[in-house]
Amino acid sequence: MRTIRIGSGAAWWGDRVEPAAWNAERGDLDWLVFETMAEATVSAAQVRRRRDPAFPGYDTYLDDRMAAVLPHCLAQRTRIVSNQGWINPEAAADRIAWWCRKLGHAGVRVAAVDGGMLTERIADLADRVLETGEPVAALAGTMVSAEAYLGAEPIVAALADGARIVVTSRVADPSLFLAPMMHAFGWAADDWARLGQGSGIGHLMECGAQVTGGYFADPGYKDVPQPWHLAFPIAEVAEDGSAVVTKLAGTGGVVDRRTVKEQLFYEVHDPAAYITPDVVVDFTTTRIEEEGPDRVRVTAIGGRPRTPTLKVSIGLEEGFVGEDMFFYAGPGALQRAKLARTILEERFRYVQLAAEDLRIDFLGVDAIHGPASPAPAAEPYEVALRVAARTRTRAEAAKVGREVDAMAVSGVGMTGKRVPHQDRVREVVGVWSALVPRAAVMPRITFRES
Amino acid sequence: MRVPLRRLAHARSGDKGNISNVGVFAYEDAFYPFIKAQLSAERFAARYPGVVKGRVDRYPVDGLAAINFVAHEALGGGVSRNLCLDNYGKTLAAAVLDVEIDIPDALAPLLRGP
Repeated sequence: MRTIRIGSGAAWWGDRVEPAAWNAERGDLDWLVFETMAEATVSAAQVRRRRDPAFPGYDTYLDDRMAAVLPHCLAQRTRIVSNQGWINPEAAADRIAWWCRKLGHAGVRVAAVDGGMLTERIADLADRVLETGEPVAALAGTMVSAEAYLGAEPIVAALADGARIVVTSRVADPSLFLAPMMHAFGWAADDWARLGQGSGIGHLMECGAQVTGGYFADPGYKDVPQPWHLAFPIAEVAEDGSAVVTKLAGTGGVVDRRTVKEQLFYEVHDPAAYITPDVVVDFTTTRIEEEGPDRVRVTAIGGRPRTPTLKVSIGLEEGFVGEDMFFYAGPGALQRAKLARTILEERFRYVQLAAEDLRIDFLGVDAIHGPASPAPAAEPYEVALRVAARTRTRAEAAKVGREVDAMAVSGVGMTGKRVPHQDRVREVVGVWSALVPRAAVMPRITFRES
Repeated sequence: MRVPLRRLAHARSGDKGNISNVGVFAYEDAFYPFIKAQLSAERFAARYPGVVKGRVDRYPVDGLAAINFVAHEALGGGVSRNLCLDNYGKTLAAAVLDVEIDIPDALAPLLRGP
């Protein structure tokens, strides 16, 4: 049975570049796939563009990634599918074509897939916010962006039209991997069994090193060889969708039934109904077999007909967060931290901090799991006091940092503090969801050649 | 014998909006029936007081010897608004690993960890 080799090139915007280059150079890949968008990427890019008109609107590491992989991909005829287009896939495609020319490859066909942006139309298309039930129409004043998750089909169309590189705006993560399978094997868009299996494999691949030993090690329980040298995964996918998940020889990390199982459920709710734009995936029937070192065969993932709607991600302006921390050590550290908290609480009253939410936590005691943390068995030797407030305005949020500044000389004995060298206020863009009819979304595909 | 879940299973958390899911995966098929019988949604929720503020859905998948817990209102209003330092809830999976589970003594040789 014919198989194709699909490698991962990134699992998020901040991911390493070297493992992508290793896969491109040594992975004997037919396809290299980049996933660089988080839930808030589009709204964050819109906010940035408002502030910085020179921001091109695509992955800020596009140049680094393309410079690292294109020489190998072009020489080995590895095709690329990538969602690095963010809010401007046409400009990203132009830039990639520029890179191809610069590397001496003329005539490389590069496609941009766009068309999911619905910011202007969402109030007419969607009724209510899924999470809150609030009417979408009521959000107009604070909406930063609304974009539909596209599926594999527009990528498949671009590939059928001869594209060797496809760069997209928002596409569901598994669809980036499903598209090459549909193209290579000619799977129909209603072949639910194969689309389910292929999307399941895409789901395992989309978080890159999370299936090759990243986000996994737990010393003494789950040990990972050379965790400083992790590879990104490679899937060997057969015509029937069955696949082996593996990684390059000579790299660190591990691919086994444990890493595959953990990733299978990652960000999944009902394992029998994982909804993508292409198909509803059923993970409950999955068979996972270790067929060799770092080789796991994954079969029997199910698929059912896709839903009549597409998910839209809505970004809303939700004010600001001000945050900072300072710290104590040695005998009595926690007692001094508690006094510091009391001082801050009084100061916030004095400066009339208008906070919608406020947290003052003892990092090292209960800052992370809050009330679910067990009482410390012994007095902690070190404690950081971490304070965060959510406010309507930037000026209110800035009060947090200003009050923490004062703790240097007007606070508690033996207070350790950083110089305030970083921006301690960030803008909050909340991400919410809604559903729209499929027919409302018309993907747009454009081509250029290097 | 009574052991922490950590010796029987591994776990990973993921985020979507204000929902955190925690997958719990038995190291051995032989451990799974005991985990499934004793780690109810209620017991899971009881390990996260003040953190998980909504309901917990529980999805056992016998073929994978795994249970997926889906905790609503667990991320302080959503990843971007969450004032918790761990705003994605990436560390939440660790907490459930100290829940104690009764297993037959005969399974002791299979236990993970020290």
